[in-house]
Amino acid sequence: MSRAALLVLADGRFPAGGHAHSGGAEPAVAAGHIKDAVTLERFCRGRLHTAGLVAAGLAAAAAAGHDPLLLDDAADARTPVPALRTTARKLGRQMMRAARATWPGPDLDALAAARPRGAHQPVVLGVAARSAGLEPLDAAYAVAYENISGPATAAVRLLSLDPFDATAVLARLAADLDRVAQQGADAAARVALEGTDALPAASAPLLDITAEAHAAWPVRLFAS
Amino acid sequence: MHLDHQDTFPERHTYSAADPVRADGRRRALRIGLGGPVGTGKTATVAALCRALRDELSIAVVTNDIYTREDAEFLLREAVLPAERIAAVETGACPHTAIRDDISANLEAVEDLEAAFSAEGVGPLDLVLVESGGDNLTATFSKGLVDAQIFVIDVAGGDDIPRKGGPGVTTADLLVINKTDLAPYVGVDLEGMARDARAQRGELPVAFTALKAENGVKPVADWVRHQLAHWTADAA
Ligand SMILES: Nc1nc2c(ncn2[C@@H]2O[C@H](COP(=O)(O)OP(=O)(O)OP(=O)(O)O)[C@@H](O)[C@H]2O)c(=O)[nH]1
Ligand SMILES: [Mg+2]
Repeated sequence: MSRAALLVLADGRFPAGGHAHSGGAEPAVAAGHIKDAVTLERFCRGRLHTAGLVAAGLAAAAAAGHDPLLLDDAADARTPVPALRTTARKLGRQMMRAARATWPGPDLDALAAARPRGAHQPVVLGVAARSAGLEPLDAAYAVAYENISGPATAAVRLLSLDPFDATAVLARLAADLDRVAQQGADAAARVALEGTDALPAASAPLLDITAEAHAAWPVRLFAS
Repeated sequence: MHLDHQDTFPERHTYSAADPVRADGRRRALRIGLGGPVGTGKTATVAALCRALRDELSIAVVTNDIYTREDAEFLLREAVLPAERIAAVETGACPHTAIRDDISANLEAVEDLEAAFSAEGVGPLDLVLVESGGDNLTATFSKGLVDAQIFVIDVAGGDDIPRKGGPGVTTADLLVINKTDLAPYVGVDLEGMARDARAQRGELPVAFTALKAENGVKPVADWVRHQLAHWTADAA
């Protein structure tokens, strides 16, 4: 395996469509919940320990080689609102395109054939990580980091926030990231015995509600 | 002004630029990107091209807006094409990213349109126009997304734009200088613009247009027909 592949996968410039999404930051900014670096950190911490943890578990399980179609069902079960399911599949499809170009392999081909409209993004990312020769924990890290780097980048654009402050927020969340990635990987390690029920199912109802509302905004900068 | 373009389309090696050949062995639709600064007339060009060419070609349009779906809605309101031939891509405040650095959403939109038209028996598309949201002079389309690109500027933006250059002005397959009808009002020297453009672009073509005038899009439409002739000839 090459650990360096993780840098490629986790790079914000990896061309998998993430740049057009705010991870719920746009409605949070509009509602006044994110207005500076302090509130951005609060938002990111909440997102990381809920949506981020769920994604980390799914990605780690997919990277461990568990059936991605079962994991895709598990992702649906953990994503109650249609807007976020649509977003996750759209981003999954885009991740699939980029992954097949960068780390081609039969597992990616099989999942693409079974889910031509896209599987949930963390599942695709996990299969991509496997195809790149990475470990489940690596996949959990990549997906958990993206879970907070997306909103942080979006907040810089939406609030003209100082980019140094936004990056410092991410750095301050490093210990939380370690914990969430490890929790995701640990849960994934139990899937072989316990099935997908072993995976985290934390939820963030406010993110669900605002995502659904945001999808109906007539004017917005970000797709989600 | 000359509209000839001797280059044949380069071979594509990236994974994302779909094969120029469809699964059924037929050549896929030609993809042309339209970029340029805000408000220069990109949507007006797309609308006029659709009106000029829709009776001879099967056309679809992908728009990239900064804010949601303005451009797509304009095209729908003007009824230049039926709704199923227009798709809108959202770009997260960064139009040049979506056409150059991370083209996945645009590729999907193009491929979904192509698939819809091959499958429904309406007959495959001949031409897909991809409009970028208004951006800066460095915004160009990835070769993984389009086969050729048009850069649209206007005389109202100042006659020094061709001289300033930038990747859009210097490398686009066609440079359109629009709103020539406004030249007298903004004190712009069209001859000088043509000279500067030639200095920046060498043999690459430049078209002056006044889209508000009857058939004002003709030089661009002729260029598109020419590109398409090359595109289909290459298939043989
Ligand atoms: N006078 C004049 N006005 C024009 C011409 N072409 C377009 N316009 C007007 O210029 C304005 C902007 O045109 P659009 O086609 O929307 O420009 P655009 O480049 O698509 O703009 P964005 O997508 O917002 O970047 C509209 O009000 C058009 O009617 C022209 O040749 N002459
Ligand atoms: Mg426009």
